[in-house]
Amino acid sequence: MRYMKYRMIKQKEEPIKADLANDSGSFASYKEKHMDTRQQMEERLWDFIDGLSTADEQASIRQLISEDPAWRRRYNDLMNVDKAMHLDELDAPSLRFTKNVMEQIAKYHVAPATKNYINQNVIRGITAFFLIMIAGMVIYFLGQIHWSATSTDNLVPQYSLDANKLNWGKALNSTSVNIFILVNVILGLILLDKYLQARKKSGNHGETV
Amino acid sequence: MITTGLSDTEIISRVLQREQTAFSQIVERYQNYVFSLVLRFVENREDAEEIAQDVFVKAYRSLADFRGESKFSTWLFTIARTSCISFLRKRKLDTQSLDNERTGIQLANKESGFRADIVEQKSRHAMLNESISMLSVDDSQVLTLFYKGEQSLEEIGKIMRLDPNTVKVKLHRARQRLKDKMEKYFRHEVHEIQDD
Repeated sequence: MRYMKYRMIKQKEEPIKADLANDSGSFASYKEKHMDTRQQMEERLWDFIDGLSTADEQASIRQLISEDPAWRRRYNDLMNVDKAMHLDELDAPSLRFTKNVMEQIAKYHVAPATKNYINQNVIRGITAFFLIMIAGMVIYFLGQIHWSATSTDNLVPQYSLDANKLNWGKALNSTSVNIFILVNVILGLILLDKYLQARKKSGNHGETV
Repeated sequence: MITTGLSDTEIISRVLQREQTAFSQIVERYQNYVFSLVLRFVENREDAEEIAQDVFVKAYRSLADFRGESKFSTWLFTIARTSCISFLRKRKLDTQSLDNERTGIQLANKESGFRADIVEQKSRHAMLNESISMLSVDDSQVLTLFYKGEQSLEEIGKIMRLDPNTVKVKLHRARQRLKDKMEKYFRHEVHEIQDD
């Protein structure tokens, strides 16, 4: 594996070495157009090293590396970091690691997939609960607004809402609001019941993460 | 990530069919990757091993939730990262500054004990690990995921919950900072790499 990585790095270097042997007449004009800062230069070089740049960009970078000592020096610096990272080995845990994990998982079962125990109806119920609540509030507030046109010439209706004049007592005592609250309480209890049932069920099949 | 034998998907489907022992193949395949990633968060090897074990246990228990939309390694590294953050929070360590460079004191301590380490551990691995350990958690994480975990920018984005372009910028900066550290403390070793 390490040899393959090494070959990959070498392959990246080979086209550059080939280009170093050639000279291109149009390079000076290209260089003038691309007087990059150090950061931009490094970003372009990293993209080139990572194989993220386009074919045209790759060709121009190769040319820059082969003909500009500053680019070549920077490229070599970055390649050292890249090479070191590619050749580096992973850290290994203790030899008992796999055994320890297998001993631990022996106590558990694979939990059922979340999508299996999260009932879509529960989600729909929660959505309905909030929608009903919001709609009820909006309808109530609209009912409290005194719509009054101040001028017949003005097509835009004039209206005013005085929050201090809202009759909360009347609203909360009215039959319609009581029904609204009752429906929401029932919905809430249904949701709680479903949640507790799902929790009990998942507890029987192993804990969830 | 070179794998031999059964593919991850095949092993997972066996585990899901109650063949628990098949999971050991997953553990063996990914233990070094997970352990290396965890070591970027916690420097203590014992803690790292404990967290890494916990990662595999969590992965096993929620295996049914792996839908195969991403690589298994990406999913596993996401669990590893979350577990590390939870561990650090429990330990009440400096988790609020995960994006920032580690504190000056920690860094100064590392740097002061550094020369002695160079004499004792001249290996390339030790040099890189020391250099990486001087970076911020985010920097070392991005580098580990990219080079050791062999994750693409998009996959790292999924693991770290970042935009791939942000990951790209972070990777560039992390490599720059790593290069600076290597040049500052391991100039000789860097030249050896160049000569290889």
